[in-house]
This record gives sequence, structure tokens and C-alpha cells, in this order.
Amino acid sequence: MALLEVMNVGIAFGGLQAVAQLDMKIEKGHLYGLIGPNGAGKTTVFNMLTGVYRPTEGDIILDGKNITGKAPAKINQAGIARTFQNIRLFSQMTVLDNVKIGLHNQVKYPMWTGVFRLPGFKEKEQEMDYKAMKLLKIFDLDKEADLPASSLPYGKQRKLEIARALATNPKLLLLDEPAAGMNPSESEELMNTIKFVQKEFDVAILLIEHDMNFVMGICEYIYVLDYGRVIAQGNGESIRNNPKVIAAYLGGD
Amino acid sequence: MNMLKTMKKSTRSNLITYGIVVLFYLVMQLLASGGVLSNSMQGMLVPICTYVVLAVSLNLTVGILGELSLGHAGFMSVGAFSGAVYWMIAGQNLPSVLGLAIAMLIGGVMAGVFGFLIGIPVLRLRGDYLAIVTLAFGEIIKNILNAIYLGWDSNGFHFSMKDATALNMGEDGKVIINGAIGISGMTKASSFTAGIILVLITLFVVLNLINSRAGRAIMSIRDNRIAAEATGINVTKYKLMAFITSAFLAGMAGVLYALNMSALAAKKFDYNTSILVLVFVVLGGIGNIRGSVIAAAVLYVLPELLRGLNDYRMLIYAVILIVMMIFNQSAQVVAWRHQVWEKLSTIGLFQKLAQAKKQNKGEA
Repeated sequence: MALLEVMNVGIAFGGLQAVAQLDMKIEKGHLYGLIGPNGAGKTTVFNMLTGVYRPTEGDIILDGKNITGKAPAKINQAGIARTFQNIRLFSQMTVLDNVKIGLHNQVKYPMWTGVFRLPGFKEKEQEMDYKAMKLLKIFDLDKEADLPASSLPYGKQRKLEIARALATNPKLLLLDEPAAGMNPSESEELMNTIKFVQKEFDVAILLIEHDMNFVMGICEYIYVLDYGRVIAQGNGESIRNNPKVIAAYLGGD
Repeated sequence: MNMLKTMKKSTRSNLITYGIVVLFYLVMQLLASGGVLSNSMQGMLVPICTYVVLAVSLNLTVGILGELSLGHAGFMSVGAFSGAVYWMIAGQNLPSVLGLAIAMLIGGVMAGVFGFLIGIPVLRLRGDYLAIVTLAFGEIIKNILNAIYLGWDSNGFHFSMKDATALNMGEDGKVIINGAIGISGMTKASSFTAGIILVLITLFVVLNLINSRAGRAIMSIRDNRIAAEATGINVTKYKLMAFITSAFLAGMAGVLYALNMSALAAKKFDYNTSILVLVFVVLGGIGNIRGSVIAAAVLYVLPELLRGLNDYRMLIYAVILIVMMIFNQSAQVVAWRHQVWEKLSTIGLFQKLAQAKKQNKGEA
């Protein structure tokens, strides 16, 4: 059975059908791409998968459980983590604390233990620090651990967002334009990091990206969205040569 | 000193905050025993502690949770009245330390319960709407307390909204809350020492909360609610946690305040008090706990110190508030302060200080 099954999902905002009849299947541990022209509904799909929007039709099944219309926090706990197109970090907090918030549901202790520094507090905090630093090292952010997140340069902020999402121990990671605003060498490096993360954490990844070299470079399977509908799907080669995809991107009939 | 250096930065900063409070206590005790402290200043010591606790607890809502609340005096009054009622019935027969502690606990719990009841609907709102509803809550509590008559006799509580005679009490009955007159004839139980202990407890709770798993969750909601939800944080739970803790501490402060007086009336807890506490929080720095402690203490005493200026008193007070705000918040002035600091550091006397400061920054 697939890790994530999206069945006939659609959403309408008033009279506008933003996404319609969406079917997707995501297998455990594989890398998927979601592409399409601007306004095709890619981020809307992410928002439905993570519970920000409630689909007006269809079902989303994660690991055999129906998660359609659940609250974002519940969906994250069920195993979907995401990053955002416009970066959303906890900007006044340190880089380390950003990742430690990601670990919130992985390493737990009650409020009282924290307030009164009861036994267990130190061990749990150390465990969090250790896990968070390990993640930061993967993204080469360990030297900036004590800086406020807002002081990081743009590319590193994007990486920190991925690290924070990974800290929630997801089965499926959704990346919304991870390479946006990066130069070719930075995005090359990010590609390698994402591949590494996929292997190391055995996590399925679905990413939205406009940089075609990036998408063709790492995605094993690609969905193409236009006007809220899937117009093509398959591996990189078949997408590249699909006349419908070329028409959607370049215009024409 | 070496131990200080190896400590985490947040731990060291917290210790400095506790140190300031303890130092303040020792200096005031010394001045009082030396007879230097005027009577009016001595009378202000407990209110200072009250307002420090109020400012720190409000900073938990405003600075750490990031929601503007204008009803803090409401929670204070709930605590003050429930603590005082307990004091009138039973507390004053106990040893005064024990009675005061139980009264504070009761006041805190009652305020916490109100925080919970009000928090559930109110925390669904954001920004201005939340501020307006909390403002209304404070006024509603004040007006209800103004209209309540409560008596106590061997049969238990008697309650009325009409007048004291409608309480229908037995012969041994006594009126505890007498409508707009409030509670009168209390014996004083609060002391400066009790106040300082409450301040330290408040700081302990708030600072430890901030540097823990729950505190990080609360701050993540402040920084980015949508990202917090997407990271699996239960936003409602942690908003309520911060709001209730804040109300609980305000309730304890209310008891400290009430038991420092012989009479207690609801009209003291109006929106002016809420705004005053908010002013302390804003001028001390939103989210800056140590700033709240200092601002509350200084700004509470200031009008008293300016009494000699007669009519110009409130004018000068207002000017000082504005100057403090500019000094603390304006980007240009902050930059200018750093420049001056750099220049001063070239002068020998200040060199050591500057080096120490740089070292601190380097470690950060």
C-alpha cells in the first residue's frame, strides 16, 4: 500500500475550482516532484495535504488513516512535515531552538518538570540538544546554532526550515520551492543534501520547484499540474517530452 | 567568576535578574533599619512588589505569547477579593505566614480559573479584538464586584446583589463584601519580605517556563503561528497555558496587594491599573523580563519622588515616559548609544568594562 493516497481531492474557493479530481500515490522513501505554471494550484495541494485548507471533496489517506480535514498540528503528528514558499521561521528564537521546537513531539516532558526543574529535565533537554545538533550538522548549520534565526542568510534559512521539518520525524516531507533564490552551486549542494536526507531518514519527499534542472535531477516521479488538474505524470524523461506539458509551460493549443 | 563564565548565557542572565531583586531587598532593609527611608517610601515597598509581579506576569502574555491583554487588573481583582474573603473567614486566625500563603494560593487558583474560562473564547481572537475583549472583561469583573454583597455566618456563605440586609444572616453573621464599599476591617498581613518572596517565585516560574519545552512552544506561536501548527504544536493548549499562568500570578499579586491594606474596594482595579501595568511592560521592553522588573519598580516610585514639583509632577512623568521609550526603542538612539559606548571604551576607566562586555558578546 502506498504511504500517501490522494483520492479525487478537490477544493473550491467560492466559485473558483482551485484544484479538481486530484489523484496521487506516494510510496515510502521515494522522491516526487510537483510542477506546473504559476497559479496552477501546487501550493494549494500542499495546504490541503497539511490541513491548512479543508478539501471540499475527496479523501487523503496517510498510512491507511484518513487525515482529510484534520488540524495542521494533528497532521504533523501523523507524519507529514512541510516547509513554506515564503520562509516561516521562528525568527526571534535561536537556530537551535527552532529545531528543538521541531522535536517538541519527539522528546516530551510536562510543563511542571520544566518550571520546577524536576528530575528528568536535564536529560531530556540534553537529548533534544544532541538530536538538534545532529540535524544542524547535516545542513551545515551547527556553527550558527546560537544565532537568532532571522540573522541567517536566505539560503541557510531555507535549510533551517528543512531541518526543523525533519526534526518532527515525518514519513512524508513536503518542500515548497526549496531552491528558490539560490544560485546554481547552492542548489546543487541542496540537491545532494535532499538526496542524503531521503536515504538517511528513509523519508518520502514531495517537492514543488520551478528549477527544472533541480526537479529532473533528483525526482524519481513527477506530477504536472495545470489549472488545478494533473495533466501529466511519470518519470523525468516522459515529462520532458510530453506535448501537454510543453504546451502548458510555453502556451499554444 | 569562572563558574559564571562556563554557565549557559540564559542561566547567567537569569541569575543577574534574581540578584537585582535580592540586592534591592537588602538595600531597602538597610535603609529602613537606618531610618533613612521615609514613611511614604516604606509604605510603597509592598505595592512595588505587587506591580513587579503584575508586570512580569503580563509580560508572559504580551511579550512571550505575543497577545495584547488589557484586562490584567481583572485577574488581579479576582485574586485580591478571593484571597481577602478567605483571610476574613479563616486566614487571619492562622499564623500570619501560613494564612498569607494559603490566601495567595487561593487567590492565584481563582484567578487561574477565571483565566481558563475567559481564555477559551478569547484566545480564538487575535490582535486588537483580543485586546478589546480583555478590556471588557476587566470592566465586567470590576462592576460585578462592585455590586456583590457577601456575608458569612455559622450556616456558611450568604450572597446577594441587592444590599447587606438582604443577606438574611444569623446573629453571628458578618458582612464580608459590602457592595461598592468592598471589604473593610482587615488586619494587615503582607510584608515587604513576603512581597520579595512572591517576586522571586514569579521570576522563577516565568524564567524557567521560558527556558523549557513548553516555553519554546509558546514563543513559537508568537513568532509564527502557522509554522508552529505545521510543526505539530497544539496552539490552543499553549496559548491557554501562558494565559492561565499569567492570570495565576496576577491573582497572587492581587492578594499581596489586598492584604497590605485594611480596606479593599473594586474601583481600584479599573482599566487605568491594567494600562499602567502595560506601560511598565512596554517601557521595560516587550519580552524582556528583567526590564519589566526594573521599569515597574522605577516607574511606580517616580510619581512619589516627583511630588516636590507639585503641579508639574504628571507633566514630568509623561516626559520621562516618552524619553525612556525613545532611549530604549528608537533605532537611531540605540545606534547612537553603541557609538558612545565605543568612544567611552577608548578611555582607560571604561576599558575593562568594555572588554567584559565584548567577551560576553563573543560567547553569545
